[in-house]
Amino acid sequence: MNAKPEAPSDIAIEFRSVNYCINDIPGRAIVSNVSLTVLRGETLVLLGRSGSGKTTLLRLINRMLVPTQGKVFVEGRATTDADPIHLRRGIGYVIQEAGLFPHFTIAENVGLVPSLEKWDPTRIAARVEELLQLVGLNPAEFSSRHPRELSGGQRQRVGVARALAADPPILLMDEPFGALDPVTRAELQREFSALARRLNKTIVFVTHDIREALLLGQRIALLQAGRLVALGSPQDFLRLDHPEAHAFCACLEPSERAHK
Amino acid sequence: MNPWTFFLSHRSEILSATLDHVTLVLIAMAFAIAIAVPLGMLIVQHRHLRSIALGIASVFQTIPSLALFGFLIPIPFIGGIGRRTAIVALILYALLPILRNTYVGLSGVDPTILEAAEAMGMTNTQILLRVRFPLALSVILAGIRTATVITIGVATIAAAIGAGGLGTFIFRGVAMVSDSVILAGAIPAALLAIFADLLLGLLERRLKVV
Repeated sequence: MNAKPEAPSDIAIEFRSVNYCINDIPGRAIVSNVSLTVLRGETLVLLGRSGSGKTTLLRLINRMLVPTQGKVFVEGRATTDADPIHLRRGIGYVIQEAGLFPHFTIAENVGLVPSLEKWDPTRIAARVEELLQLVGLNPAEFSSRHPRELSGGQRQRVGVARALAADPPILLMDEPFGALDPVTRAELQREFSALARRLNKTIVFVTHDIREALLLGQRIALLQAGRLVALGSPQDFLRLDHPEAHAFCACLEPSERAHK
Repeated sequence: MNPWTFFLSHRSEILSATLDHVTLVLIAMAFAIAIAVPLGMLIVQHRHLRSIALGIASVFQTIPSLALFGFLIPIPFIGGIGRRTAIVALILYALLPILRNTYVGLSGVDPTILEAAEAMGMTNTQILLRVRFPLALSVILAGIRTATVITIGVATIAAAIGAGGLGTFIFRGVAMVSDSVILAGAIPAALLAIFADLLLGLLERRLKVV
């Protein structure tokens, strides 16, 4: 585990004893007493089964949800002290099925946050072109199309481009490749892993796929029933002696377990 | 007299009654849209108002049209015999389909899209006007279409309280036991309803996004 003491400025996101309960009813905790730091520039994967609270943790970061107890700090500031609109515009967000606006063209989808931030139109156009190229889509071909005219993989690429539009330091990704066919998924995972290394963003990535976690994560946080049960590098994860970690590792082929 | 001869000999009268009818419907629809669409936007954001607003609109829709005209006549300012009362009744009648469709359209937007909009830092107003409304437009228009067809029909009854329009011929024809006179009102009214339905249906399909 790379748990050497960090200077505060190295921390992009911090969960401090966070509880989250539906409608603030204590009996129904979705997240229980989670403390966790995400370092600047790292890719942290939140791994867990459905209902383990990983998406909830993600939504606590951009204040789509507010902790029932405890605090979440983004760039040193408690999310509850920040203006939610301003906070969210500084955090990219990618979800399954991309969530593109069907009535917007690809260029309008990608340029949305810059336009909300009132960038100059020529600057937006240049940025959109740059981003489409970055995610491997030809701007001349795709800019004026609508999302329904794209394949699932292409839409997800647009989703990534849209999240990067205003160059946010933090990127939140909620099973972004979960709805894709296995071939496209592998393709996007490989490309995204290369892209993430190059961009030097802080990325929090939610998945229930152990392979994806091992491929993309610099650290993996394992969640079970709303609790953080383990946190460490992919190598550490494969050696963990915890029943939930064993359950995930059992999904891997013996060779995959060995070569990591 | 055969209906065709009656049509030809009274064509300017029939035309002016048709124009009256259309005017009545257009005025009522303009008010109904101006009330129901913003109200629908309001009840999407403030859910506690939803059942109250939809409930009141359903009550108006449930009252038989002739009875609704009757109820309005004794009310000061808006009541009395004539066009004003008729327009008020038509507005009340048209509210429910527009309100309901506005609400259904706005609240039926794919939650993934709304999640993305919120996560990107759009304000509630921006989400409503730039995401929900354009995506709900065809559903809202379907409500307007239903309301228009209903209003064209109910407006024929408005002649009973002296509002004019094509109903005048129908009531007169019934009193005179003359099929020709009845048809002089009934045929244009039916054509108007069919025409409005087709036209708005066309518009609705054009505005459909997905």
